Amino acid sequence: MKILVCISHVPDTTSKINFTENDSKFDSNGVQFVINPYDEFALTRAMWFKEKQGATVTVATVGNATTEPTLRKALAIGADDAIRVNTEALDGFTVAKELAEVVKNGGYNLVLAGKESIDYNGGMVPAILASLLDFNFVNACIGLEIEGEKATISREIDGGKEMLEANLPLIIAGQKGLVEEKDLRIPNMRGIMMARQKPLTIVESSNGNAKTAIVSFEKQAAKSACKLVDADNVGELINLLHNEAKVI
Amino acid sequence: MSVLVFAESSEGKLKKTALEVTSYGKKVAEQMGTNLVVLTINSNEASILYNYGAEKVLTITNKALNPFNAKIYANIVKQAAEKESAKVVIIDSNANGLYFAPMVSANLNAGFASNVIALPSSTAPFTVKRKTFSNKAFNNTQILTDVKVIALAKNAYGLVENKVSGTTEEFSPVLVESNLVSTSIEQTSGKVTIADADIVVSAGRGLKGPENWGMIEELASVLGAATACSKPVSDLGWRPHSEHVGQTGKPVSSNLYIAIGISGAIQHLAGVNSSKVKVVINTDPEAPFFKAADYGIVGDAFEVIPKLIEKLKEFKANNA
Repeated sequence: MKILVCISHVPDTTSKINFTENDSKFDSNGVQFVINPYDEFALTRAMWFKEKQGATVTVATVGNATTEPTLRKALAIGADDAIRVNTEALDGFTVAKELAEVVKNGGYNLVLAGKESIDYNGGMVPAILASLLDFNFVNACIGLEIEGEKATISREIDGGKEMLEANLPLIIAGQKGLVEEKDLRIPNMRGIMMARQKPLTIVESSNGNAKTAIVSFEKQAAKSACKLVDADNVGELINLLHNEAKVI
Repeated sequence: MSVLVFAESSEGKLKKTALEVTSYGKKVAEQMGTNLVVLTINSNEASILYNYGAEKVLTITNKALNPFNAKIYANIVKQAAEKESAKVVIIDSNANGLYFAPMVSANLNAGFASNVIALPSSTAPFTVKRKTFSNKAFNNTQILTDVKVIALAKNAYGLVENKVSGTTEEFSPVLVESNLVSTSIEQTSGKVTIADADIVVSAGRGLKGPENWGMIEELASVLGAATACSKPVSDLGWRPHSEHVGQTGKPVSSNLYIAIGISGAIQHLAGVNSSKVKVVINTDPEAPFFKAADYGIVGDAFEVIPKLIEKLKEFKANNA
């Protein structure tokens, strides 16, 4: 089994989000970048297939050289090698097109990704990648087992879950449940040292045309102060929710 | 030219989001000076869509389309979009919508925007506002292609009645092959799901242990609400992962979100702050959630919640 894990390089979940250049660009000043948390679930599941079933695991991202520490972290967690497609990630469609080339050239038969990135929240790269490659695809995946060529998959649906079966090649967009939070790995010193020696291949790209463009960003509007209700007077809360907020 | 909406149904009944995307689609069609076409699959309620502005309803009745298959559905929407010369295709943000909407965009070679929260601010260039940075911000995105695909965020537009005299047409698309097979579906029955709920009651570590969730469930049942929890609670195994809401859990965009014994870490707030009204109940007046909430009670959940349940029961009895 040849696994490709798609990694998005995103601001840490605790980051304060600010914009610059007249609110047209994300301000990365002072921001710590991490592996997208949803991708981390995918990477952790891939490590399981590597250790128990002898799969090889490649990680890939689309972006400039600033994304390399994030790829090195994935290598330190245990991926065998990394690929960076050297171009700006303009929109989900162009990223999917770049990754489709990586998948074709590398002959991967299982592609694992997170269901969305926590920065742009497009939620589209794995699905478009699957369409471009005509691979089977399951979104919001919360369980994956592979035996030979056959995959057993579960996905979250509204108010429940669905079990599915498919043959490889397959693309999965994962979330929590694919592995548990406690199974996530923090790279140890040995992993970090080894990661320095592992191959990180830079692929140049044709830089396809984007189909969307972000013209501006806005922050959440400041909200008015919280109205406090006395703990001995919960009736007042019901009154406010009914007459003022009109939500009950 | 037209605007095409996909209206999802479940066991023949249209979902609430189907009516929301239809309401939204009608307005987009008006902005573009064209008609709204709504596609439904295996729904016996198609005429309800006229009330929300569907000038034309395409219905497909075919048992082979049950259960949902993303590849087949995405191809059907493509065929419908081509048949109706749709310039904009609108899909909801249910689990199935999020799954197949980007595949529709790939099929149509169209630009795609998800998490859209408002009507286009301009139709040429076509510009929509969407949630980004996990609800910490918004961006205005232009879709540059001739055909546009958008996924409307839940509860972002609401239902708007707009009765028209519509027509219904049976549509028989070609079905593509898929060897991805659904083997079983497990539905958590009898409970309101977080995705569908107008009200969500959520609790955190302040509850001290899983044995204390009875009052949370009772409060939720009085309100007709879904129950949810913070990340530490699901990590500790007190509640199932399906209840975890927050940045890496489920997003919540309900009308009312009640947070009990949840301090309000930035990751939690990111996942819930698109809810319209937020109430916090916490012993610690310094808890960050008070900065994000609309209403708050500083107090012990074990005292406040039973009182709240009692008062709500009285309120419900008087307002029934």
